[in-house]
Formats: sequence, C-alpha cells, structure tokens
Amino acid sequence: MSDTVAGLLQAGLLVVLLTAVYRPLGGYLARVFTSDRDLRIERGGYRLLGVDPTAEQTWAVYARSLIAFSVISLVLLFLIQRLQSHLPLSLGRPNVESGLAFNTAASFVANTNWQSYSPEVTMGHLVQFAGLAVQNFLSAAVGISVAIAVIRGFARSTTDRLGNFWVDLTRTTLRVLLPIAIVGTLVLVATGVVQNFSAGHEVTSVAGQTQTIPGGPVASQEVIKELGTNGGGFYNANSAHPFENPNPLSDLVEIFLLLLIPVCITRTFGLMVGDERQGYAILGVMGTLWAAFTFATTFFENQGAGTATQVAGAAMEGKETRFGEWASALFASSTTGTSTGAVNSAHDSFTPLGGGTALLHMMLGEVSPGGAGTGLYGMLVLAVLTVFVAGLMVGRTPEYLQRKVTAREIKLVSLYILTTPTLVLTGASTAMGLAVARASIFNTDSPHGFSEVLYAFTSAGNNNGSAFGGLSANIPFYNVALGLVMLLGRLVPIVLVLALAGSFARQQPVPVTQGTLPTDTALFVSMLAGVVLIVTGLTYLPALTLGPLAEGL
Amino acid sequence: MASSLRQAGVAVRALVLFTVVLGVAYPLAMTGVAQVLFHDQANGSIVRVHGQEVASSLIGQQYGERWFQTRPSAADYDGMGSAASQYGPNNPELVRLIDERRRAVAELEGVSPDRVPPDAVTASGSGLDPHISPAYAALQVNRVARARGLPVAEVRKLVQENTEGRTFGFLGEPRVNVVSLNAALAAL
Repeated sequence: MSDTVAGLLQAGLLVVLLTAVYRPLGGYLARVFTSDRDLRIERGGYRLLGVDPTAEQTWAVYARSLIAFSVISLVLLFLIQRLQSHLPLSLGRPNVESGLAFNTAASFVANTNWQSYSPEVTMGHLVQFAGLAVQNFLSAAVGISVAIAVIRGFARSTTDRLGNFWVDLTRTTLRVLLPIAIVGTLVLVATGVVQNFSAGHEVTSVAGQTQTIPGGPVASQEVIKELGTNGGGFYNANSAHPFENPNPLSDLVEIFLLLLIPVCITRTFGLMVGDERQGYAILGVMGTLWAAFTFATTFFENQGAGTATQVAGAAMEGKETRFGEWASALFASSTTGTSTGAVNSAHDSFTPLGGGTALLHMMLGEVSPGGAGTGLYGMLVLAVLTVFVAGLMVGRTPEYLQRKVTAREIKLVSLYILTTPTLVLTGASTAMGLAVARASIFNTDSPHGFSEVLYAFTSAGNNNGSAFGGLSANIPFYNVALGLVMLLGRLVPIVLVLALAGSFARQQPVPVTQGTLPTDTALFVSMLAGVVLIVTGLTYLPALTLGPLAEGL
Repeated sequence: MASSLRQAGVAVRALVLFTVVLGVAYPLAMTGVAQVLFHDQANGSIVRVHGQEVASSLIGQQYGERWFQTRPSAADYDGMGSAASQYGPNNPELVRLIDERRRAVAELEGVSPDRVPPDAVTASGSGLDPHISPAYAALQVNRVARARGLPVAEVRKLVQENTEGRTFGFLGEPRVNVVSLNAALAAL
C-alpha cells in the first residue's frame, strides 16, 4: 500500500470513529446538563461542599465561582510542587523552584500544559498524579462547564440565570470525563502504555550497557491529557515517548480522544438550543478548517523543505519511526487545532511551512475544533461576529439564534477577540526586545529563532501548550511572562463570554422573518470560516512574515 | 466580599474532594486493574534473554558494532532523559551532523552514502525510538552476519521476524524493532 493511501485511510478511520460516537456522546452530554436529577454520590458531594444544586447563578456569580476555584487550584498546585521533597513518592526530587512552580501551576490550571520543565528530573509521581493530573480533569471540566453555560445563554430567554458552576463542574467530571478516562486507560495500557508506581528500574542490555526503564502511572494521566485537551506529557518527549504512545494504534486512540469532546459538544449545542442544524453548521466550520490544516501540514512535511531536511532525504528529524510523516502531521494538526498541545513529534524540527501551519492553526484561536468546551464557545463568539458583519453588509440589526446582537454584545465579542492576540503579540515583542529572553533561542541561524518565541507566546495565549522546544523557557522571564499570558488568556475570555451569555439569556427572542440570516446553511458556514481566517490573518500576518514565512518562502 | 469568601470556601472543599477521587482513588484503582489485566504492558513490556531483563521492547538502546544499530538519539538512549534535538529544518549544525552520520553509517556498513535512509541520519522525537526502517535494517544485515559468523539468510530471517507492518495495513509505518531483534541475536 502506498504511503498516500495508507495516510488517507488513517485519517479516514479517525473521521469514521468520530462520526460513530458523534450522536450518542453529543446526546449524552445534553442529557447530563439538562437533567434535574443528581446521582447519590453527587448529592453527598454537594452536602459536603455546602452547595444547593438547585440554586442557579447569574453570569457574574458563575464567573466568580469559577475564578475562586481556579485561584485555589493555582495555590494548591503551586504548594504541592514547592513542598514536593517532603511528600511521599517524590522519587528524591527536590522542591520545584518558585518561578517554575508558578509557571506550571498556571499552565495546568489554565488547561494549557505548557511545560518549562523536564518531568523525568523535576516531578515525582505524587505531583503528577495527585496534582497535575487532577487539574487535567478539572481544567477541562471548567472549560466544558463554561460552554454549557454559554449554550444556556442561547437556549433560555428572559432569565438572568445560567446554571450552577459547582453542579456543572461535578457532572462534567463524574459523568463525562471519569467514565471515559477509565475505559481509555485500560485501552491504552493494553496497547503498551505503562501504569505502575515504579521509580524506574535498571536493566543491562545485551551489549552490556545499563539503562533505567522509567515508570509511573502514565496511562491514567495520558488518557485525560488527551480527553481534556490538556497536553502535558508525563515524560519530556510527551506523546513521542514510547511509554506514552507505543504504537500507531495508541496514536490513533490518542488523536481520537483529543478530538472527542470538542467535536461531539457541537451536537450538544444543537440539541440544547432546539435546532440540531445549528450544531451541524458549527461542526461544519470546525471540520473544514481542521481538514484544511491537516492537509497543509501533511503536504508540507511530505514535501520536505529545508536544507537539513533535504540533506537527510525526508522530514524525519524529531519524528518517530513508527509514526513517520503522515501520523506525525495528523497528530500535529489535531493537537494544535484543539488547544491540546500534546506532541508525537518535535514541532521545532518540522519543515518551515509545516511548523508554520501548526503555529497558524493555534492562531485561529483554538476553534478547529478547539479545546474541550473552549472550542465551542470560541466559535460561537466568532459566529456572533459573523452575523454582525453580515448585518452591516445589508444594513439590518444582526441576530444569532433569535438573539439581537446589540452594541453591548458586540463590545464583549470585540474584547474577546482582541484579548488573546494582544497577549501573544505583546509577549512576543517584549521577549524579542530583551537580551535575556533572546538568549533562550536555540535555532539562532535563521528566522526560525523568532518563530520559537512567537510559537511560545501563541501557545500560551491560546492555552495550547505545545512548543518549538528548542527555546530554553525555564528562566524567570519566560516562567512569569508565559504564566501570566496563560492565566489571562484563559480567564479574561471566560469572563467576557459568560457576560455575553448572560446578556443573551436576558433577551426576549426575536421572531424569525424573511429578512433573518439563516445560520444553518452552507453559505453561513463559509462566511464563518472566512471570518475566522480573515480575523486571524489581519492580526498575525505581520508576525508570521518575520518567522515561518521568511524561512519557508 | 462575604460571597467571595464563601465561594473560596466551597472551592477549597471541592478541590480536596476532587483530589481524593481523581488524584488518589482513580490512579490507584487503574493501576490495580492494569496490573492484573495487562501485567506485562503495565510494567514496561520487559524483554528477557536467558531469564535476564535486558530491555523494554518499547525503549531503544545503543549497541556496538556487532549489533543492529538504532537511530541517532538526542538523549543518548538515557531512559530517564527523553528528548528530541530541536534542530530547525535549516540549522547548519544539523546539516553538518547529518553529513557526518551519513559518512559514518556508509563506512560501517560498507555501502555508498546515497543508500543510507533518512531514519539512519536523523534523531527521533523521543530519543528512545526502538525502531528503524526496514531499509536501514536491510543495510545492516551483511555486517551483523559477518561480525557474528552467522549465515546472512539466518540474520535476514530474524530481521523479518522482528519487522512490523502497518497496523491493520494502514496505520503508522512499517518498522523493525531493533531491541527485540538484538535480543533474538543474543538468544541464539
């Protein structure tokens, strides 16, 4: 079988698997968040928390609960790293230095999982499974909860209530993430992902050399790392490490898991707003963009540009033999389009335009299909912008899902869309202006060095977490700057989108008339895709020309 | 203010409860079940030769000239230091390294440099890649047979036994597992 046929079948199988679970999981999610029954274990939990599960919150209280939870999570995760050496299962590793501990805590709470550290020498088992992996669940649950609250903003009318944050968080965790994680863990272990508490044990090779085989509860963390679109590796090499991703089958399972919720939640959206076609339209935009970026990444890697790539004969630097160019490009595109940031190959070593495509994919704002929950609300914000642009063209008051888009809504949308690029471009330009930050660049030979810095801030601002790994990011400047960019890039958009949802929920729906722009048509899908690309292009093209475009064209 | 404090209290209790469930019960239970159902995989797919643990079949190692060679590694196959080189596609240092590796492989195998495949001159993403391409394995058969005084056909047969095709015929890439191949050589 030729490489091309095999590669297409591989991507095809992924699409078939996602199609098969789309309706069941999307429907299940809708039932979870519309049911008024609590499980017994949930009722016990609410009693311990002192939360009344029937008491719904306004958008402001929802946001305040979420921020309180994020701040407490940040503090605890910081402390557990700072106290590591006094805790069990530290494997003799010292306390994590404070700048790095802040960066890591911010990173995992913000669902980014940027890693300035090398886990094998920095994190003991306890910090990983009782600290980092817990945030892998909870930060994903926070993102999904926000998406559900935003859906309610469109599904409800004349109310100021968007649901209860603690109930949404609990249900997402216990009814959605945990059951899938349990099944997924066993699947991954069966393929060869390790699951033990060993500190590593020594073997003597047939050639007489000793080697330490690492251990760890990897599979249980690997599964939520993908399912929650987190991306933080148990090991430094992330999903390129054979113990995280041992073969092409585990690789496909991991790609499937990281796309699962972002894809299926579009069905939940359609069901909850009472019009399934609206969900299909959003999925149509996400799917089109994902397919286009996957094609582009694969094309550029196969083309094999770059002096070193051509001398080698193929783009295999930084890639595993078992994955090759096709499975590496499929993973790269899916991980950068979902804000996951796990990698099964070194993006820094991709061809100039292949790596540039990964960078651009994050710059779309993580909406193709985006992170767990975050992808949906990000795309809905862009949909509101699209009806606004369309409304300007024909001179009508724009509406989306029978909600008027007035000055207040469009202000919130504009702020949402400006937040991340502001953080990314301010961060990257500040870094380039500081000698100490420039000194961290590894590939100093070409515009590639600037790409490393731009990639870092794009990844942090969009809560992706992947890296052009050559950048030595474990210095105070990057630890603090990227940490702040991750937190602001996470929480500011969440507050804005919750305010937007609150504003829509208060409205009385306007009737659909002849003059209403239908938002479930191919025309709207292409307009929305166009808006995504134009907004991104206008924002980032100047920066891209200095990096990947200068290197690749 | 009072409301914020109340929310913070709820947040602390929620985080503690979730940590007990997700950070303690879940990993412990999964480890227990995995250790029972998939004991070999859960413990690293260890390879034994004459009863001795010599490797994990998933983690590559470095071997001398009497053995099949793995790919170049940015981690020197240190099991506790997985890493990629992070060289960019135009990095002159990488160009120099690739040239140097190509010459070395061609000399070791006694073939012309243009026959050396890409995986033989590039470092993997993990630095622990246990696999090489079938082309690179084929290149090494004669040298290994000569060095060990084995018939070429027998070595070729061992290579074949340690070759995996694409999963289901289309997932991933065909590859030869150097670790299990060298273990098979050692077991002869």
